[in-house]
Amino acid sequence: MADNIDEIIGKYSNAGRSDLLDALQEIQEFNGYLSEDAVVKLSKQFNLATTKIYGIASFYDQFRFVQYGKFHIKVCNGTACHLSDSKPVIKELEKLLRIKHGQTTRDAMFSLEEVPCLGSCGLSPVMSINNEYYAAVKTADIKDILESLKKSDS
Amino acid sequence: MENNLQFLKEKVLLNQTAAFSKEIEEKLKILRHEKIIKPIIYVGASSCGLVAGAARTISAINDYLCEKQILADIIEVGCIGLCAEEPIVDIQLPGMSRISFKRMFSEDVANILDGVFNNTIASDNVLGQYRQKNLQAWDNVNYIDEVEFFAVQRRIVLEYNGFINPTSIENYIAYGGYRAFVKTIYHYTSNDVCKIVEKSELRGRGGSGFPAGKKWKIAHDTASDQRYLVCNANESDPGAFIDKSIIESNPHKLIEGMAIAAYAIGAGKAYIYIRNENTLAISRFKQAVEDAKAFGLLGENIFDSGFNLEIIIKKGPGAFVCGEETAMLSSIEGKRGMPRFRPPYPAERGLFGKPTIINNVETLCNIPYIMLNGPIWFGQIGTKSSKGSKVFTLSGKIKNNGIVEVEMGTNFEEIINKIGGGIKNGKHFKAMQLGGPSGCCITKENLSLKVDYEEIANYGAIMGSGGIVVMDQETCMVDITKYYIDFIQKESCGKCIPCREGTQRMLEILEKITKIPKDEASHQTLERFKGVMQLEKIAEVIKDTSLCGLGKTASNTFLSTLKWFRDEYEEHIFDRKCRAGVCKELRTFYIDVDKCTGCNACMRKCPETAIIGTVKYPHFIVESKCTGCGICFETCKFSAIFVK
Ligand SMILES: Cc1cc2nc3c(=O)[nH]c(=O)nc-3n(C[C@H](O)[C@H](O)[C@H](O)COP(=O)(O)O)c2cc1C
Repeated sequence: MADNIDEIIGKYSNAGRSDLLDALQEIQEFNGYLSEDAVVKLSKQFNLATTKIYGIASFYDQFRFVQYGKFHIKVCNGTACHLSDSKPVIKELEKLLRIKHGQTTRDAMFSLEEVPCLGSCGLSPVMSINNEYYAAVKTADIKDILESLKKSDS
Repeated sequence: MENNLQFLKEKVLLNQTAAFSKEIEEKLKILRHEKIIKPIIYVGASSCGLVAGAARTISAINDYLCEKQILADIIEVGCIGLCAEEPIVDIQLPGMSRISFKRMFSEDVANILDGVFNNTIASDNVLGQYRQKNLQAWDNVNYIDEVEFFAVQRRIVLEYNGFINPTSIENYIAYGGYRAFVKTIYHYTSNDVCKIVEKSELRGRGGSGFPAGKKWKIAHDTASDQRYLVCNANESDPGAFIDKSIIESNPHKLIEGMAIAAYAIGAGKAYIYIRNENTLAISRFKQAVEDAKAFGLLGENIFDSGFNLEIIIKKGPGAFVCGEETAMLSSIEGKRGMPRFRPPYPAERGLFGKPTIINNVETLCNIPYIMLNGPIWFGQIGTKSSKGSKVFTLSGKIKNNGIVEVEMGTNFEEIINKIGGGIKNGKHFKAMQLGGPSGCCITKENLSLKVDYEEIANYGAIMGSGGIVVMDQETCMVDITKYYIDFIQKESCGKCIPCREGTQRMLEILEKITKIPKDEASHQTLERFKGVMQLEKIAEVIKDTSLCGLGKTASNTFLSTLKWFRDEYEEHIFDRKCRAGVCKELRTFYIDVDKCTGCNACMRKCPETAIIGTVKYPHFIVESKCTGCGICFETCKFSAIFVK
């Protein structure tokens, strides 16, 4: 595992354009998001304009330009979950956290993401918080779940 | 270990005789885990199993074995397809048939294992036992192939899914794996392979249904110094998880299929494009590639045949449109995943300008069987125009959520009611969506439709990649259409204006008809109505004027739900009613004055302050303020609130 971004970018010194997405993925895996600094460095390495890199990265769902919260909440909105009322779950989370999906709370505690399918359609609606799964989520339980996470952190 | 590998290479793979000697058979039995000295416990640990709690089950099994001082091996396997009944655990005692248990949560472990080790099976959790030659069957335990979920299926691609160890190349070879590949590179020229596959009439399973052999031949016949094979495992339509499940459960099967395909077209490099989120599938595939390489089945000069192959994993950063073949190529080249014009077709000019064949995971997994058993064998399975089998995922309001494989020609009624076990919670079937957001709905009256490319096309639907989403009477067809259009609208790459803008307009219009207009100025009313009038036209225009399949199929769901459920649309528009009760904003709640005690609970909870009243006197809901959220309905202890 690399120690910093420079090291990761260094690995791509002989790389061609087709390795750009791999580089972006590796940086995001390391940092949790793509910082301005990283994009600037990549643009030098790959000899591409920063706007071009931003344009490519923003095309794909995976890449983010803000950091995740301490607790990253993913709510599945695949078809099966949609049919079992995942939208109200997302709405409730947005209401309680006061952010929209795709955003991070100001205290960097929570971030919220709506994902296409977590692959557990039999247990819908499903959400995952830092890779811990919550099956058959009810809107009424969400407040307690968030509270207990906050408590576990302090 | 070393020993086994050498044995498998020399005595099994390089030995192309039909029957093995007794000695080899005996050794294979050990590698197939048919002959064991200590018990083996197999735990279904693919995505569905893990979400259901397979990891906790495994640690409970470990605790149990420790406590009882029993020596046994635990092997993590893939998914047999019955995702709704996970965690599924199989147990094999020396000399006995393998027996399978469903819903084995950590708290059930001790009870079930006690039963097995003391020869008294607790029947509640039993799924069934496997039919295995030379092994003693359990008394009074049904066979797994008699369970209706499996009995109607014809498993070719899924044959060993959930049964063999996905992380063991030995296990795969012991079950006949890589024989087809070795046979191919020793006995056939690349031209032969193209011909055999063409003769088998295998059609691409990724959606278009194009004959695989024909496509290969084009790439094979195009002069070039380099050719590429790309395996399409992007699979991003909601409700489909076929490719993911296959790779998690039997990655070597796909590698074998890819290797044969690469040989046929003369590609030295093969890519697999798989969504970044599918971490388990990626790690199992990666491991399998490394094992195959160490074995000499990938890399330079494979088995001294002169054929080289390198497999490269490309992690797709998440875009539905990258499933479209030319968009996928752009993405592999490090660009935005946007489709290009065809022709030239990728088979002539694809990745980096070289001839490239793109095939779906399921298509490629059929190849080893065709090479091994011949095109005539394959041609006997299925119907006249569609040979072989097709894998489907079942999700939505169906009892047996999961992944299933049926012979072409099976009708959907059987898939839904027999394999799928019918509708959950005693509700009724309303419709099923075939092919995800680009697909169409199939109604109850049309369930006798057969799984067959031609027949499905005649009905006006598409096979798609095989996701079936089942809906019951509590599903609103307008809402589900809105959901799919929303998906397409977000995933549209933005290249063609009709698709980019048109789907957004469609979504807006659909959103408007699922709401009660409030504070609307008169010109807005007019616009809303104009929208409704134009909806069908927009849908047709998007279909006719988009470049790639995403736009061309974007309105399918809308047009098919409109065709079959026009009355529901009309109800939404004219009566402002949603019969399924899904479109929340069309609901208005009322208070039954005779039942209301004036407890004030609903009034305090109402986020819109739409409820007025004095304590101890019946309350009243102000219709124009009510958003239909239903909180009051859930709050009321006296059932005084009802929806009309
Ligand atoms: C929007 C869109 C998404 C697609 N997604 C997939 C996919 O996820 N997997 C797939 O195999 N094919 C997908 N396809 C079809 C591919 O373009 C291509 O036809 C297929 O991979 C060819 O393989 P086959 O001949 O084995 O079916 C998609 C097509 C379109 C237009």
